[in-house]
Amino acid sequence: MRRQIPQLLTAIVGFVYIIQFFIPHKPFNLFERMFSDWFLIIAACAIWLGVLNLLKLSSEKVYKRGKDWPYSLVSICGFFLITIAGLFFSGGRHFQDPGTPFDYVYVNIFTPLSATMFALLAFFVASASYRAFRARSKEATLLLLAGFFVMLGRVPVGDLITSWLPEGYRLSNLTDWIMNVPQTAGQRAIMIGIALGIMSTSLRVILGIERTITGGE
Amino acid sequence: MATGKLRNQKIYFTLICLLLFSPTLIAQQTESADITATPPAPVTEVVAFDTPNDAGSSITICWKKSSDDRPDDRLFAGYKILRAVYPRGEFQQTADAPAGAEETFDNEAKDGVEYTYRIRAVRGDLYSDSDASPPAQSKQQWFHTGRVNALIGCLIIGLAIIFFINRAKSGKELYIRKIAGLEAVDEAVGRATEMGRKIFFIPGINDVDNMQTIAGITILGRVAKRVAEYDAKLEVPVCRSLVMVACRETVKGAYLNAGRPDAYDEDAIHYLTDEQFGYAAGVDGLIVREKPATIFYQGAFFAESLILAETGNYIGAIQIAGTAMPAQLPFFVAACDYTLIGEELFAASAYLSKEPKLLGSLKGQDVGKVVILLAILIGIVIHTLGLFNFAQIFTVR
Repeated sequence: MRRQIPQLLTAIVGFVYIIQFFIPHKPFNLFERMFSDWFLIIAACAIWLGVLNLLKLSSEKVYKRGKDWPYSLVSICGFFLITIAGLFFSGGRHFQDPGTPFDYVYVNIFTPLSATMFALLAFFVASASYRAFRARSKEATLLLLAGFFVMLGRVPVGDLITSWLPEGYRLSNLTDWIMNVPQTAGQRAIMIGIALGIMSTSLRVILGIERTITGGE
Repeated sequence: MATGKLRNQKIYFTLICLLLFSPTLIAQQTESADITATPPAPVTEVVAFDTPNDAGSSITICWKKSSDDRPDDRLFAGYKILRAVYPRGEFQQTADAPAGAEETFDNEAKDGVEYTYRIRAVRGDLYSDSDASPPAQSKQQWFHTGRVNALIGCLIIGLAIIFFINRAKSGKELYIRKIAGLEAVDEAVGRATEMGRKIFFIPGINDVDNMQTIAGITILGRVAKRVAEYDAKLEVPVCRSLVMVACRETVKGAYLNAGRPDAYDEDAIHYLTDEQFGYAAGVDGLIVREKPATIFYQGAFFAESLILAETGNYIGAIQIAGTAMPAQLPFFVAACDYTLIGEELFAASAYLSKEPKLLGSLKGQDVGKVVILLAILIGIVIHTLGLFNFAQIFTVR
């Protein structure tokens, strides 16, 4: 019963979503909105499951002085700092307004930390590109050449080097061709495969053939 | 003396300027006054009809724009849509349309009530009304005619999938090509067991309403079963509460199916944060501190993909990634040992289970690919010969 009910609900919601795509008439058009609202409500309530789980595990670690417990202490302090600042010292519903303590914490702590993580990407791109672009095989050499021309064609010096060539045959044009023809073709092939894969997986889940998600075999 | 001379020079200069430019100024003022004084030419050919393929309450209104509706006429303000119940209702404004528009929608119509419309062209304070349109009424449609092609496509592929599932059930052997990334799952789990280190599974950063997350969780179920059989340790840090619940249920089921319910640890599947880079920082920290032997990235990933995969690469873990985000695939290919590209992510669960019913669905998918390939070839021929717009057949509205 514990597995059948979720499977039944999945099947009903799945079929209703498919039907409403083709039938705009009432009541099918209302179901989509209704189910989406239900999902949002459940997801909003479920956030507490996550928060309580995080607090429980972190508190246990701090209490038992487990491995790397100071990190857990930082998590707990961070959670209470922003929650208390937002709930009690930021003017109720206007907690997101500029100048509130919540906004101060958000702008001066959270945003720089997020930006720092994002900025790491630049260094990781460099190290990953170095590995990917090593010409160890025919395919890797092709990738190296394509990457080289695309990068060079995206900056003014690319056109400057090839300025002696007629208009339309310069590096920026080659870059555009690489991006618009082979790159787009490859990406579309992947997208077609993805669409078919989504359809197949959806059918398996809706028809109850794929039961792993509900804890089945 | 000198100051007086300079003043006189200034006066003369001003007078000359006024004499030179006065005809132009006068002409401009007259023209401007003329434009302001004239009402705009009225809109013509106003038609109204029920908006097709909708759930009712909407009427489409089309017209031929005023001949004064030109980009250079700065006074032309746009159009007001006036609506009246047919035949004797009073016209009232129901919507606005900007200059240049020739179509708008009345989304506040009552189904079954006949309405007639006038379009008011407005220029400055003046306006002119069009003739009233023939009456129209809105109604709901039972079928979206712009999606017939999608329905046919879904039926062909859906029936093919069901056909091959049934065929597989009857015991027919199906050939499925080898997927290197999935063949390596056993090796990756075995390596972690031998090293006595953890296996990390990252199910992406989207919620359970995303099909990639669902596919990721189904793969988690298969991986968790192997982990339970090998008696290895699994950790699943997640980004969404609902994903955490779904993952727990899946892993619990997998341990139960493997005959090791005692080995299941609920706390191994834990929530970190909903924030993208907060999650990336949390997982990176875990990777660096715990040094897992194997890391799976299966689901929807965005900018954090390379941050996670490079950190995993740095600690020397075997990494198997899978996503249907085309923009993130190159990053995973560069940083991971194996990458499931697009459709392979959705095929992984069936592939790992080796269950005929699930493998049958993969064959049905292949039929879809054959149909699309044929359509592409036919399209190339038709477009090359310039017969008709073949691509239009595949446009879904």
